[in-house]
Amino acid sequence: MLELERTQIKILATPLSVDECYQFVTAPNCGGIDLFVGTVRDSTQGKKVISLDFEAYVPMAISEMEKISLTIQERWKVQRICMHHRTGLLKIGEIAVIIAVAAPHRGAAFDACRFAIDTLKETVPIWKKEIFEDGEVWVAAHP
Amino acid sequence: MKIKILAFGIAKDILGGREIEMELTSDPVDVGALREHLSTAYPDFRKLRSLALAVNEEYVDDGIVLRHGDQVVIIPPVSGG
Repeated sequence: MLELERTQIKILATPLSVDECYQFVTAPNCGGIDLFVGTVRDSTQGKKVISLDFEAYVPMAISEMEKISLTIQERWKVQRICMHHRTGLLKIGEIAVIIAVAAPHRGAAFDACRFAIDTLKETVPIWKKEIFEDGEVWVAAHP
Repeated sequence: MKIKILAFGIAKDILGGREIEMELTSDPVDVGALREHLSTAYPDFRKLRSLALAVNEEYVDDGIVLRHGDQVVIIPPVSGG
């Protein structure tokens, strides 16, 4: 039985906390914790970014993130998973997403964490708009 | 059949609002027909890298038939993380 109680998924309009995610996943039987933090970068293709605006179709974003968690639990020996994503207007350096994975051994933690963020970027209904000095662009909308 | 459609990201910009209502007259109405109807009414959808549709919070293929009360959402290319 795949246990969703070992997973914490949140979409928040307030600042994310790396410590909160870390504290959720740590467990005495886990020797390896992998943390991915996605932050707002100051430029894109050489152009200066002022801020990023994130929006989410929240109920489906959460269910898609739950699917990622279930897949992780099927594929790797992982104990706990935490996925937090922010919405709203974020400044340079602010945290947009945190993925934390705890496993008995580090290999599974590394692999599952990478899988989580790579898959989130493909399937989870969250969108970001880059805000420049001279305009705004929805990321990846056009070929 | 009247369908309420929610839109996010650039789809919201293209539609001019978060939510629109469309009248579809084919019987039955499937997701493919809705996609065609949307792309014809709003040609900017054809310029996007991709366009997915979700019904009741699940991605759907074009063959899925729509029913009264279904929540339909336009999912332009996602860019989370």
